Amino acid sequence: MAAELHVELVAADRQVWSGEATLVVARTTSGDIGVMPGHQPLLGVLESGPVTIRTSEGGTVVAAVHGGFISFADNKLSLLAEIAELSDEIDVQRTERELERAKAEGDAVAERRADVRLRAATAR
Amino acid sequence: MGAQLRVYKRRIRSVSATKKITKAMEMIAASRVVKAQRKVAASTPYAQELTRAVTAVGTGSNTKHPLTTEAENPARAAVLLLTSDRGLAGAFNSNAIKAAEQLTERLEREGKQVDTYIVGRRGVAHYNFRERKIAESWSGFTDEPTYADAKKVAAPLIEAIEKETAEGGVDELHIVFTEFVSMMTQTALDARLLPLRLEEVAEEVHPKGEILPLYDFEPSAEDVLDALLPRYVESRIYNALLQSAASKHAATRRAMKSATDNAGELINTLSRLANAARQAEITQEISEIVGGASALADATAGSDR
Repeated sequence: MAAELHVELVAADRQVWSGEATLVVARTTSGDIGVMPGHQPLLGVLESGPVTIRTSEGGTVVAAVHGGFISFADNKLSLLAEIAELSDEIDVQRTERELERAKAEGDAVAERRADVRLRAATAR
Repeated sequence: MGAQLRVYKRRIRSVSATKKITKAMEMIAASRVVKAQRKVAASTPYAQELTRAVTAVGTGSNTKHPLTTEAENPARAAVLLLTSDRGLAGAFNSNAIKAAEQLTERLEREGKQVDTYIVGRRGVAHYNFRERKIAESWSGFTDEPTYADAKKVAAPLIEAIEKETAEGGVDELHIVFTEFVSMMTQTALDARLLPLRLEEVAEEVHPKGEILPLYDFEPSAEDVLDALLPRYVESRIYNALLQSAASKHAATRRAMKSATDNAGELINTLSRLANAARQAEITQEISEIVGGASALADATAGSDR
């Protein structure tokens, strides 16, 4: 059996995803980081960006995460985000519209958020 | 129908209309309590993980941060009071306000100046009526608070605590809210959010004295703590808002239940009175008829003779 780590992806108001995984890739403020089972205890600040979780069944879960933290200890990984969405929860067309609107209004934060969502949605 | 009977009937009608309304409100509040409780439960994993992370950084590094170190001479404290927008919740709001006033008094005795921040129209109205100064207030979301609301509330508080005391910043942050213990028990309590008492927080997460691993911080312990503490405050405020909402609904439910019970009792008493009045009316009518008949009989008996 391949080594596994337990992942909890939680948003401020709900638990988004939880399960076993073999690899988690997330973007911290100092660059992308990949965590595999047995990694050294880690606590990092996340940038908004897509998080990729390779599950132990061989599937891939992609989530858009907007700010938050990654913490890993005892083979348990928690991803804490104020807002987190799984890629299959994201409505691509609506997000595209949001992106256009954000661009038109020059709202950099909204533009970034929509961009991250789109990237997560297309990465699945 | 006699005048008195009519009055009773009218009162019974109006009381039963009120009873119907309070019954409906009771049921609405009951369903909202369940919803609010579910929201509290849903926010727990995030709060737990965050608390864990805060403890990890706080105990695993020697970082000094304004949000964790106690000021030597705290001169100003911020008090955040959570009330509701609407009343009809028994002593819910007055208990919270009373707790805030006690806390304010205590802080002032310790020589601190108190800035009051209020959530909920009830608390604002109370303070405005007494012409007390409110640093900032929010309302309109107390029934169903979202995380965005908590962020909105937390922002000026975090800003105030990060500012130097001489420039109008605060040294301490207290929160007064109503803890949801159970359906029947809700207690107003105050808690100090900042500066953080790490030992207390650690107690909460690891009651068994589990040893935390030595974390590797990315990018650095200071940066992580910088990003972590505001989130921690937000999540604590969010949790307090949710508990407050659940408590408010529970208090409303209880208040409306006793209102419904009282209305039922009132209806019972009034219908007894109405019955007595009707009976009295009938008795009077009978005695009038009997009296009239016997007078008539007496009269005819006289003429017969």
